[in-house]
Amino acid sequence: MTKRASDVSASPPRRRSKYTLAPLVLIAANVVLFALFFLWPAVIGLVYSFTNYTGVGAFQFVGLDNYQKLLGDSTFYAATTRTLLYTVLFVPLNFVLSLLIANVLVSKHAKGASVARVFFFIPWLLSPIIVGVLWRWLFGENFGLVNYLIEKVGGSAVPWQSNADLSLIVVVVAAAWAWTGFSMLLFIAAIKNVPTSYYEAAALDGAGPWRQFFSITLPSIAPTSFIVILLNTIHAMKEYAVFASLNNGGPGTSNNLLVQYIYQTGFKTGQIGYASAASFVLMLILMVVAMIQMMVNRRVENR
Amino acid sequence: MTTTDTLRKVDADSVPAVSRKRPRGAASGGLRRAIPATTLLWVLAGLYGVPVLWFVLSSFKPAGDLFSLPLTLFPDDPTVSGYKEAWASANFSQYFINTTIVCVIATILTVGVSCCTGYALAKYDNKWLKAFFVCILATTMLPAEVMLAPLFLVVRDLGLYNSLVGIILPALLTATGCFMFRQFFLTVPDELIEAARIDGARELSIFLRIMVPISRPIMLTLAILSFQWRWNDYIWPLLMLNDPEKFTVQIGIQSLVGAQNINWSVLLGGSVISMVPLIVVFLVFQRYVMNADINAGLKD
Repeated sequence: MTKRASDVSASPPRRRSKYTLAPLVLIAANVVLFALFFLWPAVIGLVYSFTNYTGVGAFQFVGLDNYQKLLGDSTFYAATTRTLLYTVLFVPLNFVLSLLIANVLVSKHAKGASVARVFFFIPWLLSPIIVGVLWRWLFGENFGLVNYLIEKVGGSAVPWQSNADLSLIVVVVAAAWAWTGFSMLLFIAAIKNVPTSYYEAAALDGAGPWRQFFSITLPSIAPTSFIVILLNTIHAMKEYAVFASLNNGGPGTSNNLLVQYIYQTGFKTGQIGYASAASFVLMLILMVVAMIQMMVNRRVENR
Repeated sequence: MTTTDTLRKVDADSVPAVSRKRPRGAASGGLRRAIPATTLLWVLAGLYGVPVLWFVLSSFKPAGDLFSLPLTLFPDDPTVSGYKEAWASANFSQYFINTTIVCVIATILTVGVSCCTGYALAKYDNKWLKAFFVCILATTMLPAEVMLAPLFLVVRDLGLYNSLVGIILPALLTATGCFMFRQFFLTVPDELIEAARIDGARELSIFLRIMVPISRPIMLTLAILSFQWRWNDYIWPLLMLNDPEKFTVQIGIQSLVGAQNINWSVLLGGSVISMVPLIVVFLVFQRYVMNADINAGLKD
């Protein structure tokens, strides 16, 4: 039946070019939105990055001055390395936590999964601002629950707020905690889509749960893993709100990430041109990251 | 490891009747497998639940008790004074109405355009679509947070400054939504479409009558995602809105966080109030999302 159906539509590239109108109608709305709210600002942003525009009045083209200034700007370097460090810590932690939880939730052996998953999902419903407030409340140096418990068992108060690295770690944990629900949702859908016959066959051949996980689940959900890693990387690179409410990029400016840097140079000090240049550097980093991930993904899928 | 595995297998073979109902086949390890899995699940759930629990319980403490040692989990003298003060200190009911309008309209439109785009990207093949797929990928590379300044100028030039439309429209195109639908429609067998075509169905009616209905689980998932995104949006509404009558909830909260000396009592109350609607929406709709058999009707 299927065989004959594809024979009828004959020519080898069977879906190509036969249908152009229908798909264009389907994507029309998004194309308009894309042109208005992405292409247009991206183009004027690129233009401004070569100017000394301050948001009002006239501006002059200054060539590559903004980019040259960026290369020599130690604040920009600090923000970039801090952003990359944050991403490198956040993405794997979130990936492992959400995959673990998704597997436990899907498992037939865990009792009460339908109630427990609410616990994992609620943090994701909180806004980044509130996540920051909540963890600031937990990790306050003088008043937080965590330091209180540490002192209770005989430790000394940990400087969660005044030590830059500890402060970053608190944000990483807070963000991984808050974002588990989202990644978990994608993983659960993917795991449920793996045909159960694979597991039955593997069980008959004597494969244990670990073997089943690494040989069946993980390869089967590879496309979802790719999406989760890609989305989380991008999410981490543009993080701002959690930092803003948790430690306001502090102590001092030690945890200022790129978006905060762009926001402050663009809107606080009005250097739109300079901020636009920084935006494009961030975009370049994101593009490189995405290309590497796509290449890896393609290689995995082809294997 | 190997020995326990063989043991389990023997177990499974010896009670075949039980396993009939459970598809994963392992069913019958019974308690021995249920205990570690359940323990792990609930330890994790506890770790995830404690921060929120502590936060919510703290919000019921009177302002004077918040920092008094020893800290207690439950408030000795529960009060809602923090809530009252937070509600009174800002125009919260107006913020709630504004945010709800933005969320509902943006969610409906986002689901619509994402479904159309995702389907086109998954089931058609021409160079324009390939180009547009790259374009959508590019939007994830250059998110609104990064383009704040130029996007602000564009929306202002369109005459949408200080209006809720100015918050809704730029948010509709989401790569996540398009990816979710594309990924879903890739799993739909092409034969379904071929069969409909042979029966003489037109392209758009195939989409509307066959594909839209089977994608309902994805729609609900994306609807919840989108509702959450818009509810929690902070930077963009802050830049876009000038008139306090149009402010959203997050801006209201931010005005509490931004104070020089944080009034924790009010902040805790206000934060908990702002959490409630999303949690209610989620608890009402969660079974549609979490229990949704994403694979419904597509098994061979």
